[in-house]
Amino acid sequence: MDSATPMVCWFEECDKNSVDLVGGKCSSLGELINAGVRVPPGFALTTHGFKQFMRDAGVQSKVTELLDGLDHEDMDKLEEVSRVIREMIESCPISIELEDLIAESYRKLSVRSCIPAVPVAVRSSATAEDLPGASFAGQQDTYLWIRGIDDVMHYVRRCISSLYTGRAIAYRMKMGFPHELVAISVGIQKMANSFSAGVMFTVHPTNGDRSVIVIDSNYGFGESVVSGEVTPDHFVVNKVALDILERTISTKEICYTVDFKEQKSVATEIPLERQNVQSIIDDEVTELAWMGKKIEQHYGRPMDIEWAIDKDLPTGGNIFILQARPETIWSNKKPAQVSSGSTSAMDYIVSNLIAGKRVS
Amino acid sequence: MKFPVPHDVKAKTIPGTEGWERMYPYQYQFVTDDPVRSQYEKETFWFYDGLHYPEPLYPFDTIWDEAWFLALSQFNNRIFQVPPVRGVDHRMINGYVYISPVPVKDGEEIGSRVPNFMERAGYYYKNWDELEAKWKIKMEATIKELEDLQISPLPDLEDISVVTEALGESKGYHLIKNYDDLINLGIKCWQYHFEFLNLGYAAYVFFMDFTQKLFPSIPLQRITQMISGIDVIMYKPDDELKELAKKAIALGVDKAVTGNRDWVAVKAAVEKLPKGAEWLAAFEKARYPWFNISTGTGWFHNDRSWNDTLDIPLSGIQTYIGKLNSGASIDRPTEEVRAERDRITAEYRGLITNEADLKQFDELLGCAKTVFPYVENHLFYVEHWFHSVFWNKMREVGTIMKDHGMIKDVEDIWYMRRDEIKQGLWDVVTAWATGVTPRGSFTWPPEIEWRKGVMEKFRQWSPPPAIGIAPEVIQEPFTIVLWGVTNKSLADWASVQEVGDPDTISELKGFAGSPGIVEGRARVCRSAQDIRDLEEGEILVAPTTSPSWAPAFAKIKACVTDVGGVMSHAAIVCREYGLPAIVGTGHGTKVIKSGMMIKVDGSSGVITITR
Repeated sequence: MDSATPMVCWFEECDKNSVDLVGGKCSSLGELINAGVRVPPGFALTTHGFKQFMRDAGVQSKVTELLDGLDHEDMDKLEEVSRVIREMIESCPISIELEDLIAESYRKLSVRSCIPAVPVAVRSSATAEDLPGASFAGQQDTYLWIRGIDDVMHYVRRCISSLYTGRAIAYRMKMGFPHELVAISVGIQKMANSFSAGVMFTVHPTNGDRSVIVIDSNYGFGESVVSGEVTPDHFVVNKVALDILERTISTKEICYTVDFKEQKSVATEIPLERQNVQSIIDDEVTELAWMGKKIEQHYGRPMDIEWAIDKDLPTGGNIFILQARPETIWSNKKPAQVSSGSTSAMDYIVSNLIAGKRVS
Repeated sequence: MKFPVPHDVKAKTIPGTEGWERMYPYQYQFVTDDPVRSQYEKETFWFYDGLHYPEPLYPFDTIWDEAWFLALSQFNNRIFQVPPVRGVDHRMINGYVYISPVPVKDGEEIGSRVPNFMERAGYYYKNWDELEAKWKIKMEATIKELEDLQISPLPDLEDISVVTEALGESKGYHLIKNYDDLINLGIKCWQYHFEFLNLGYAAYVFFMDFTQKLFPSIPLQRITQMISGIDVIMYKPDDELKELAKKAIALGVDKAVTGNRDWVAVKAAVEKLPKGAEWLAAFEKARYPWFNISTGTGWFHNDRSWNDTLDIPLSGIQTYIGKLNSGASIDRPTEEVRAERDRITAEYRGLITNEADLKQFDELLGCAKTVFPYVENHLFYVEHWFHSVFWNKMREVGTIMKDHGMIKDVEDIWYMRRDEIKQGLWDVVTAWATGVTPRGSFTWPPEIEWRKGVMEKFRQWSPPPAIGIAPEVIQEPFTIVLWGVTNKSLADWASVQEVGDPDTISELKGFAGSPGIVEGRARVCRSAQDIRDLEEGEILVAPTTSPSWAPAFAKIKACVTDVGGVMSHAAIVCREYGLPAIVGTGHGTKVIKSGMMIKVDGSSGVITITR
């Protein structure tokens, strides 16, 4: 990486080839934006920026020193070292140069969003996780509804420090992955003030049917769905014709929304009369499925997608994709062949006539 | 799954109908005096054929049930030898028909039937188009023979030509003979009916089956959509009405054509116009053969044809003239339907990741497309054209019976079995020849009065959807595709009778027949006559629909039927018109009332009564 490599860059400047620079999450957001998908705008502290931070004030060398000669089985010791490293990272000031770059981008993002001190989600974007088949432990830190440059800086450091949780350290040691080569990027993304949000799979998660899109949704931010804290509303949509095949409305007791007094995301109890109400309308289900289908077509494989519907924006432009990654379970399975041997219609008819249809 | 014991159901004779069994063939009875047969009947699964028989059968109308009892079973079992199933057995309780596919239980025997089936059915699949062309010739010849058949009254004195040409035969003999010919032509027509049908359904059902294995969540209607947009002659009668509507406007007779609901009045008004004769000539031309279309399914004598009731096609023409004059298009959106079919097919193909599966899919789709026109077209030839002519020939027989005092009204003939009619005609001709009174003129009128009462009581009875013991596996393609016998439908049938007060139901379910969601005012039409009352944008709710209902589909927003599967007429036509449809609701016409606001979700099969 030469000195011309940026330390901060906008999502739209990234694409699927930018994983080394901005990590999986951010590169995939850039790829989506460039594919014409509606994604909330944002920027990334690049891995180059991360390395600069680690070099400034000598953080990196201290980390290397602390980790040297540890036993990856000794979790107690690892946790202790992790706490030291994380405290050090979180309290280490960011260099003026880097802080300026982040602050300038954040200011521009606020201007673009027409919201002063625009609320953002700050997320780690690792270079090794999110890759098909390689679910890297740890590094899932997400901080919601962060406002103001000071808080942004703080949570950027929190994301960086998440690289050094005891679990992540142990995992890397076990895998023989050198600590000094690990790099992380941090995404700072305008936060949709979501009325409803959730996840969507472009393949049926239980039977692998590629002709459907499955959507889970709840009120508020998608975290309640991702974390499994509520049983979300569940929709199965035909991918080809985009009609809703199944609709299960669940009792949703809590959701995450913004506490405007505190300016932070909080878990809130959903009023009783709304708990059993469908959290997104049918038109939104259909539009989401359409977006999911486009994303799958772009990537050429089934996808696992996070989405949100912004309540401050008008219908028609308010559904956003927050994240899209390749679906890993069915994609890596060799699809079961349904036909057997001969593919002639006659043979199929005869063998199935003989097998008959089970009715009980 | 266990259902009521057939003999227990039958034993609860409706008071006042004792002895009803004599109205139907004796082999249709569940019996208790023959232990072997009785045991077989108890252990067998019988389901009520509500698809074909929403009402109890008139004794004469039982002819078509016997005809298909023979035809389907022989083709399955004696001609093609479908490996795992013989024929379909029939019984009757209180005028309602129960049927049961007869499985081949011995695995070795099934295996020994395979080579025969491969050879025989394979021959038909391979030469389908050529054999279908032959079928059309046979069928048209049969219809021609029927149309030419003379049912002549018995003269007091035979014509002199009988003497001068030394004919040696009387009109009495001709009556007996031609009645036999009439019946035999009907049976023959039904032989042809099944020549291709079961194979056609098999190709269809296994294309569906394969596609569902590939895509477990695919709705059946999306599969049938892949075979939509194929030209079939069932659309021809409706197309003729559209042509007549266009012609009426072109010739400037449209005002006269739309001036009255009564054909006689319209004809008189059109005749007076300068170009009226030209339009009436076109109308007459369209009638043959295209108005030989039944206003019902064609299975019953009371399903009159367009030719019998010209007010009905007239109302269709009037609808189309109204549409054209308001600037709307009346053409079926065939191009759009085809484009959508091709898009859907291509997308599903694109989701198949396995080479062999893709090949199998193409093979089965090709096969389903080949058989599709027959599966649709036979209906016009048999149920509509042949039957429409047949019922009227039978009315000519009825007229003679009435003239000789055997029955009080021509329409009373339907209360007699066809063999009773034969016997009655012997009574008539011998009495006529001899110059005495037929015995039946004393015995038949009171018997028919009694039978009318029995039929009325039968109509009040609700036949249980299934009786006997359900098998674990069903192999008869008809049973699967036409009646939709599956685990789910059996469970639904078991619960059907628990439906309480229809006024308290706010939601009901059927098969998703054609996709889309609409909300609108319901219009319940029990017969083709009622479709004249349909208003633009209403949702049609009907027991079932048939091709003669076609003009209704130009007016409605959606359609709901009591009886039928995804291959039923309503579902097919709605897919062609891009309208939502829910079919096979069981009791939609009982629950929904005209004027109610209902929401129809043709993708999930749910109807919600909103107010």
